[in-house]
Amino acid sequence: MNFRPGGVKSFQMARKRRSVPEINAGSMADIAFLLLIFFLAVTTLDTDTGLMRQLPAIPDPNVPQDVNKINDRNILEVKVNKDNMLLVEGQLTDFNRLREIAHNFILNPNDSPNMPEKRVINIPYFGNVAVTKAVISLQNDIGTKYGVYIAVQNELIAARAKLRDDLSRQEFGMPYEKLDEDRRGAVDDFFEVPISEAEPKRIGE
Amino acid sequence: MARFVKTGGKTVKAISTASLPDIVFIVLFFFMAITTMRETDVMVTVRLPETTEGKVLEKKSLASFIFIGEPLDNFRALYGAEPKIQLNDTYKEIADIQDFIAQEREQLNEADKTKMLVVLKIDKDARMGIVTDVKQALRRASALKIMYASMNVDRIVYGK
Repeated sequence: MNFRPGGVKSFQMARKRRSVPEINAGSMADIAFLLLIFFLAVTTLDTDTGLMRQLPAIPDPNVPQDVNKINDRNILEVKVNKDNMLLVEGQLTDFNRLREIAHNFILNPNDSPNMPEKRVINIPYFGNVAVTKAVISLQNDIGTKYGVYIAVQNELIAARAKLRDDLSRQEFGMPYEKLDEDRRGAVDDFFEVPISEAEPKRIGE
Repeated sequence: MARFVKTGGKTVKAISTASLPDIVFIVLFFFMAITTMRETDVMVTVRLPETTEGKVLEKKSLASFIFIGEPLDNFRALYGAEPKIQLNDTYKEIADIQDFIAQEREQLNEADKTKMLVVLKIDKDARMGIVTDVKQALRRASALKIMYASMNVDRIVYGK
């Protein structure tokens, strides 16, 4: 009972011959370009850089304050006034000299009596060493320009970083950046030198 | 002589563009890998101060951004030309910082909450008054790890 003579045969033949047609990939590039342009538009390339700082916690009024004042000779007072002028220990100073002043202050190479004291502590890798008690206090007025303030911070951080790097090269024979965490901690302990941003004063408005 | 005469009929074969999508995809993936999504539209002019000691912000996911600067030209009419604080996508006041920090901290998972970092992107011509106010607000919100965003350069020359 074959109503279509040769039907079976032609069906088999068709099946044999059917092949998947090739998909035209010509527009693939366009699609990819669209995606690419989309990503270019919505993303940013820039990496953020900046100076890392730790703010002091707000003192708890219920806890008695540490009354041990830091000896005056241990503090380097750096101030930028409302006219963006730099005062180191109350004296007008050129920006280009700040790094050198901070460097000398921290090191106190001649053990002069009006420069920071040293105390002997035990630091891993170094043993018992005399480290400086220097503290840098950074003050500003309300009218000080932020850019100038950051420039001063940068100089102070640079002075400290230079000392740490020198020590690292001398002791471990490699730059500070390449030290592992323990050694870096030891170097940090050697030149701790906190840079404190003073409590704000409402002057110079 | 005859050998220099071009024999006609030879045509240059069309260059296959089949691999073009692959090339474009490689470029696409490259860009996807090295870039990050732009999160906020900055509505203030921020010209960052220059430093030599800047460190690269490594974990952007832990960072919250505070922008301070003069409003962009198209917002001037509404907000004036005085430096403003921008949190997320709007201009805010000092009093809003505490809420903002709480909100940002909420978004971090438990282990990262102590590592939270606030990146201050402040225009170099802004005055320290507003910066100090922000710093005090951050102390009150106990967000103590901060970064003063800056542009790293090899050398800074100071004028007189």
